[in-house]
Amino acid sequence: MFMENKASDGEQPRVGVYVCYCGMNIASKVDVEALRQFAEKLPNVVVSRTYKFMCSDPGQELIAQDIKEQKLNRIVVASCSPLLHDATFRKACAKAGLNPFYFTMANIREQVSWVTANSAAATKKAKALVAAAVARVAMHEALEKKRVPVHADVMVVGAGISGIHAALLLANAGKKVYLVEREPSIGGHMGQLDKTFPTLDCSACILTPKMSEVKNHPNITLWTLSDVQEVSGFSGNFKVKVKRNPRFVKLELCVACGQCVEACVFKEGRVPDEYNIGLSKHKPIYMPFPQATPASVLIDPNACLKLSRGKCASKCVEACDRAAIDFEQKVEYSEVEVGAIILATGYQLFDATKMPEYGYGKYPNVYTMIELERLVNAAGPTQGEIVMRDGRKPKRVGIIHCVGSRDKRHHPYCSGVCCMVSLKMAHLMRERIDAEVFNFYIDMRTTLKGYEEFYDRVLHDGVNFVRGRVAEVTDWAMTPGEEGKLVIRVEDTLIGVVRRIPVDMVVLATAMEAHDDADDVRRKFNISCSKEGWFLERHPKLAPVSTFSDGIFLAGVCQGPKDIPESVAQAGAAAAEALSLVDKGFVEIEPNSAWIDADTCSGCKTCIPLCPYHAISRDEQKKVAVVNEALCKGCGTCVGACPSGSAQQKLFTDQQLHQEIEGVLNYV
Amino acid sequence: MSNLSLPQAAAGNGGFEPRIVAFFCNWCTYTASDLAGISRMTYAPNTRVIRVMCSGRIEPQLILAALRKGADGVLIGGCHPGDCHYQVGNYKCLRRFKLLKRYFEQMGIEPERVRLEWIAASEGDKVQKVTNEMVEQVRKLGPLNLAEAPKPHHQAAACAVAAEGAVS
Amino acid sequence: MSKPKAGFYWCASCGGCEESVVDLAEDLIAVVTAIDFVFFPCAMDFKREDVEAMKDGEIAVCFINGAVRSSEQFEMVELLRKKSQLIIAYGSCAHMGGIPGLANLYDLESILKRVYTETESTDNPSGTRPLPQTTVPGGKLTLPTLDESVKSLDQVIPVDYYIPGCPPPTPLLKAAVEAVLSGKLPPKGTVLAPDIALCKECPRIDSKPEDLAIKAFKRPHEIDIDPEKCLLAQGLLCLGPGTRSGCGAACIKGNMPCTGCLGPVSRVHDHGGATMAALASLLEATEEDQIVSAIESVPDPVGTFYRYGVPGSLLFRKHTTSGNGGH
Repeated sequence: MFMENKASDGEQPRVGVYVCYCGMNIASKVDVEALRQFAEKLPNVVVSRTYKFMCSDPGQELIAQDIKEQKLNRIVVASCSPLLHDATFRKACAKAGLNPFYFTMANIREQVSWVTANSAAATKKAKALVAAAVARVAMHEALEKKRVPVHADVMVVGAGISGIHAALLLANAGKKVYLVEREPSIGGHMGQLDKTFPTLDCSACILTPKMSEVKNHPNITLWTLSDVQEVSGFSGNFKVKVKRNPRFVKLELCVACGQCVEACVFKEGRVPDEYNIGLSKHKPIYMPFPQATPASVLIDPNACLKLSRGKCASKCVEACDRAAIDFEQKVEYSEVEVGAIILATGYQLFDATKMPEYGYGKYPNVYTMIELERLVNAAGPTQGEIVMRDGRKPKRVGIIHCVGSRDKRHHPYCSGVCCMVSLKMAHLMRERIDAEVFNFYIDMRTTLKGYEEFYDRVLHDGVNFVRGRVAEVTDWAMTPGEEGKLVIRVEDTLIGVVRRIPVDMVVLATAMEAHDDADDVRRKFNISCSKEGWFLERHPKLAPVSTFSDGIFLAGVCQGPKDIPESVAQAGAAAAEALSLVDKGFVEIEPNSAWIDADTCSGCKTCIPLCPYHAISRDEQKKVAVVNEALCKGCGTCVGACPSGSAQQKLFTDQQLHQEIEGVLNYV
Repeated sequence: MSNLSLPQAAAGNGGFEPRIVAFFCNWCTYTASDLAGISRMTYAPNTRVIRVMCSGRIEPQLILAALRKGADGVLIGGCHPGDCHYQVGNYKCLRRFKLLKRYFEQMGIEPERVRLEWIAASEGDKVQKVTNEMVEQVRKLGPLNLAEAPKPHHQAAACAVAAEGAVS
Repeated sequence: MSKPKAGFYWCASCGGCEESVVDLAEDLIAVVTAIDFVFFPCAMDFKREDVEAMKDGEIAVCFINGAVRSSEQFEMVELLRKKSQLIIAYGSCAHMGGIPGLANLYDLESILKRVYTETESTDNPSGTRPLPQTTVPGGKLTLPTLDESVKSLDQVIPVDYYIPGCPPPTPLLKAAVEAVLSGKLPPKGTVLAPDIALCKECPRIDSKPEDLAIKAFKRPHEIDIDPEKCLLAQGLLCLGPGTRSGCGAACIKGNMPCTGCLGPVSRVHDHGGATMAALASLLEATEEDQIVSAIESVPDPVGTFYRYGVPGSLLFRKHTTSGNGGH
């Protein structure tokens, strides 16, 4: 089974080397012509060419033509990362009749030209990588991708606007969708907003129809109050275990009439209402918000006397003529198989108490933006009347941008939406209560369609704009005019003076940040996070909704801050990616699985416990280890541990790696 | 992202340019390495990256072979503990690495010549930093210059040690 | 027709390899009936001059055991190479450097210093050292010089075949002699032993669990060794998974772990590297500090994983830098 060094399949390798200019991306650093000449002299190399863009059609055609005319049987392309274009060139080989695995890439862009200051050093490094690729490719073998059937169903995790949109698209395409949401209702942050910028449509008016569509869609199974517990399997064939927490109300019976809430032994709300950011309280049995979907009440087991202490008159049960209340409901687990998963788990808002200089939590009239959204909303805690915690109506309002964003102490990134949200809110304050409004900003970021126009409109509304990062919000009055006010201290950098601006209400435009448990979630799904905690896309430009785990896609803010249109667009992209995976009916598995040579395996069992997928078992008759190819995911751990060289990994055999080592070191 | 100062070619060792073979796992460190490129983070040109699917594939023989064939140092990059794309391959790598380090201690190989780093897919800057550090450390140590092992006059025919390979 | 001529020479060797010939017992008669030993310093009185007098290639097969370090050994093996059609590296020392190869952990000067000055039983106030040449009243006396490193035989002369083991198991010797006599030899360079690891023929393999996770390694004197159970499963450092079979698991049958004397199988490039990879992978620990402490339980990695093969390993000898003279 071990081949001669000359060639992996007995025939003499005839290698073609193709060096890409990548416009000037490579050619500006690497002397590509020198590299071509170097490659030409390497053993087994029959032809060596350069081209402006190897990945273009003419570039690929060049390879195909040489395969036919020069009878090449091995191809090396020195260009960008194999993570980007491996598939492209494999296809080009296959099209010309060469097994696509007689191909390898030398990454001379991402790992040479883009990271090397000195041109001579870059050329030298590129030569080493090309030498290694040429040495390695001689050891390549013809391989075949295996096809595995996929489950047609899709799971969407998180039912904010992104998750809802993705789920609906897939369901409308005829796919069965499991939509998992941990809150009692779907809708996410968008459901809490009053108006949306820049068009000022009412958020609920555009969201609610989509929420009901989800509820009524025959292809969507909606699980609220639910969490994903475990994910196993692989692209096309995931097994997901979902924990479904009890609602203590039978969903299929409840019509959300509210009689039970009315009847509850508690006459007043007791639990801070999450939907209203604690600005109001709800009873132990409650409706999350009027348009909540599913339209059903639920019981908070910690606040309910029956559930927490076992003793209550249970007036709610009496009041419900549909007998929907069920104190016996328990946690349930559902296991489903899906072909693709879309993560749309959203974000949380920066905790404003982390910036005590702004007085949130200390001064009652300092609000976060989302609190103000609820205050101005007709369905909010004050029925839309803008009344502050002290009962007064604000006449002067200060809106502070970038709270927690663009701040090295907290989040260095820009949350992207806060400028527009702050502008929208300034407009609403002018319109609704004719307040005098000050916006404190670092830079105004209004880049997308209709945004700059909206900024202009707000400027004409008479809103005051102060450029400068606010130093402090204080109630320490220095003049009689400041008495009883909150004073915003800021350097107005446009006029170069430090100002004290007294206001009645301060509004903090807090940053979007990754969920506290984003790290746990991404581990469950075996994907990566960026340093800020956002889920990492496979490629920032060309695979923006894919992840490093095939079959798992991203939608919305869980990937990074964005506004509603962008989230919806991304959800559409994720749905399309998922659809193109599950609709095809099969996935092709990269043939990098391990195998064990039964003739030389001593049956020492070293590899068996090392496989995380239990893909290796012992053939009791032959007394050797056997890899189940369907279970093997191609990590090569068993190969690295086999003490007798009997385990090998396709595409990463000992021979191939040793050739590569030799190649990178033998270039001089 | 600030560019760390580039190693100076002549620092102490008479223009010695260390040759470092780096084994990077596909999912984390190789991706981070690509990210460093996409972000145009310049770093020392001395590493030669060999991609493997998982650091669990890396074992002492590959490291020894690299040193024997002329590397002055070996850098291994894998996913952070708990983040392995294959769940636990990086732990296997870590165990082997720790044992190999003890062997190296006995064999007089300076510990700075072999380094294992966990570098996540998002840590392009760490690729830059670790590479520059490693190159500097090895530069200070000087060339490895292993005592030349007399070449075996005969190797088992079946043993494809890939030595007399395609690159002459 | 005259019988084929054979040689049996020792270099840096303990004599165990010669013993293994005696272990042929009654089969030895068949061997000496079939071949003529023309050079066998341990057993017969032939001198170097006798070999020098032979024609090139006159010896059909010469078995050489022991590692190579002294100038005399260099001269002798080169001479024997010239006079022999086949050279068989016999035993671990000729094959991979063997126990004497562990001297490659030290430089020559410190070995000489230790031996001729420092050992507790040495009384050598003048610091006398053996000299290559000494003039005495009767004339000039010479002694061989020592090379800086110990070498395996194939690092000095071309070797045709290897018979591994410390000492080689007699069945391997017998099979090799039969192969030489019948001319049915495998490709040059082959190790004349099964190319499969020891677990294949280990009587305890069925007792090895499929979910082995080793907490810490133990040494044989530290535990009461179960005579039936896989030794690795008992925490002993058994090199069986990475060592060539052909010995019939002799040590394991004696309730002691395999120490690796037959060397690796042909697919392995570095015996110690491969066995370290296998055994370290099987540790139970996951946290870094636990891993480190589990690995501390290996008292001497070189002596454990490279006991018979420092010269034949990829590193060949302890690395010394010009700066510190190696120590």
